[in-house]
Amino acid sequence: MPLVDLRQTTLRELNRSLHALDPDTNETHWRVRHPDGRHAVAAGLSLPIAVEIEGHVGYYCAGMNAQAEIVIHGNAGVGVAENMMSGRVHVRGDASQSAGATAHGGLLVIDGNASARCGISMKGIDIVVKGSVGHMSAFMAQSGTLTVLGDAGEALGDSLYEARLYVRGSVKSLGADCIEKEMRGEHRAELSEKLAAAGLQGEVDPGEFRRYGSARRLYQFHVDNAGAY
Amino acid sequence: MSEPPRTRPRHSATFTPDVMAEIRRAAATGIYDIRGAGAKRALPHFDDLLFLGASMSRYPLEGYRERCDTQVVMGARFAGKPITLKTPITIAGMSFGSLSGQAKEALGRGATIAGTSTTTGDGGMTEEERGHSRTLVYQYLPSRYGMNPRDLRRADAIEIVIGQGAKPGGGGMLLGQKITDRVAGMRNLPPGIDQRSACRHPDWTGPDDLAIKIEELREITDWEKPIYVKVGASRPYYDTALAAKAGADVVVLDGMQGGTAATQDVFIENVGIPILAAIRPAVEALQDLGLHRTVQLVVSGGIRSGADVAKALALGADAVAIGTAALIALGDNDPRWEEDYQALGTTAGAYDDWHEGNDPAGITTQRPELASRLDPILGGRRLANYLAVMTLEAQTIARACGKNHLHNLEPEDLVALTIEAAAMARVPLAGTDWVPGRGAF
Repeated sequence: MPLVDLRQTTLRELNRSLHALDPDTNETHWRVRHPDGRHAVAAGLSLPIAVEIEGHVGYYCAGMNAQAEIVIHGNAGVGVAENMMSGRVHVRGDASQSAGATAHGGLLVIDGNASARCGISMKGIDIVVKGSVGHMSAFMAQSGTLTVLGDAGEALGDSLYEARLYVRGSVKSLGADCIEKEMRGEHRAELSEKLAAAGLQGEVDPGEFRRYGSARRLYQFHVDNAGAY
Repeated sequence: MSEPPRTRPRHSATFTPDVMAEIRRAAATGIYDIRGAGAKRALPHFDDLLFLGASMSRYPLEGYRERCDTQVVMGARFAGKPITLKTPITIAGMSFGSLSGQAKEALGRGATIAGTSTTTGDGGMTEEERGHSRTLVYQYLPSRYGMNPRDLRRADAIEIVIGQGAKPGGGGMLLGQKITDRVAGMRNLPPGIDQRSACRHPDWTGPDDLAIKIEELREITDWEKPIYVKVGASRPYYDTALAAKAGADVVVLDGMQGGTAATQDVFIENVGIPILAAIRPAVEALQDLGLHRTVQLVVSGGIRSGADVAKALALGADAVAIGTAALIALGDNDPRWEEDYQALGTTAGAYDDWHEGNDPAGITTQRPELASRLDPILGGRRLANYLAVMTLEAQTIARACGKNHLHNLEPEDLVALTIEAAAMARVPLAGTDWVPGRGAF
């Protein structure tokens, strides 16, 4: 198991080594020590390897991740797993703003809280936040799911497209064109699947969640809706 | 007894027939006018500058014998794989979605023949343009439509778009009639809905964050790709300085004549500044940082001819980008489609409802029967011809000024025809040594 200490090795060397791996590599489990808040740690991975980061990371950890499973044993800065395509990113602490921004796929699990704009412009990712999320979360979210076990801040799902939002706690306010929707069987099944993927099977009752989605009133621009923008 | 003389009917210079027509249109519809293209109003422009040419005190180069190089290298500041262009005239970012697949292919073909780059737009990278563009710049926009690491790695350069000249501070809108299944699929959106592009990036704000974002993109692509930062011309000194400080290899500066696929007319005509007014402050910013020619400056917005290219380079730019002019070379607004333009209530040369998707020339459309009107091979050839002409024209002027590379053109080669242009371009009014706003009065 390769161990990289970022007090001894540069970030460039770490990322270069991770990018240079062969698809049939035996080095499939990496540990990174002393990230010390560095940015872009383990960004741009494209193989199904595991990377465990022992400490806090700065901006864009696991950015554009594809296939890799990355665990952050600490807090994550802005834009963790931004534009992720596939794979899994697990933040054991809290995440700063724009977690999972614009991500197309994969699973982002945040054990603590996520700050503002969690899931902004998401395009297919599944995000599970065990704590609460800040304001403007799922802003312009296009597809995928955002599951929040705690509360959501102001303007949840503003200008939402087709992403599905599941919140167990309170929602301070809904953004433009975001409404509460009926929680049908298919949604409970979907939510159960996401909770299970996040390792919460049997621990959380999907029946305690409410679903939010787009009213689709702003899908076609109309002057009578100008005040909603 | 004859009638006494009457005052002749008089139109107002403020409430012109055009203004009154727009007021009536607004009153009837309740919605602002959305259109494509760039500012149409008269603006101080390159036409207001002249080259002095060589004479007694300067020696010209022989037009058909002595070399005048045009090559430009982009991105050598930090990129492991900088790109080399044979001509400093590049193709600006235009999206698939706004343009047809055939149009994107034609742009790629023409740029490749000419030895220059083309650029994706707000909709991701298509196989048409990657396959036919030897050098392709991949735009990184606030919407991140179609953004993925595979395309990032197979791009030749990355352009972080902060703004564009037609609408500094504005996002985008692609109306539902152009959102076909293919366009929708690339953007992860339902077909047929009006698709908005955000005006701010979702995961960074400000120059300090931009430095971190650039670092991330460099890490993901192993520091190989040149990274451009594109801004709409508004505060060019500070925007250029901050982009360079954040680590950009190339700054792209787009003036208000630069085109858009769809924006409010009031935005296009009233926000931002002409490119003529933006180049010198941007160059000054790079010079103040000791980075002129290290960070390349690409300027765009109303470039039409080799004379415009030569003037932009003489003011200190390293290269230019063309968008609207490239579309015209492909056949946009061609009088051969006049009957169709008339049917749309307009005329060849004035057609700008690019957002509606009914382009008779088959360029700004997703309708297959219209898009098929553009032959991408012929279109590419026309673009290549046009790029060759512009390059030859710029060389002609450079040789007349005694320069063996287009980059050796300098402000000292220029004078201005108007006080406005002299002040903006910081060159003397022709026949004087007066540069308005510079030095003592």
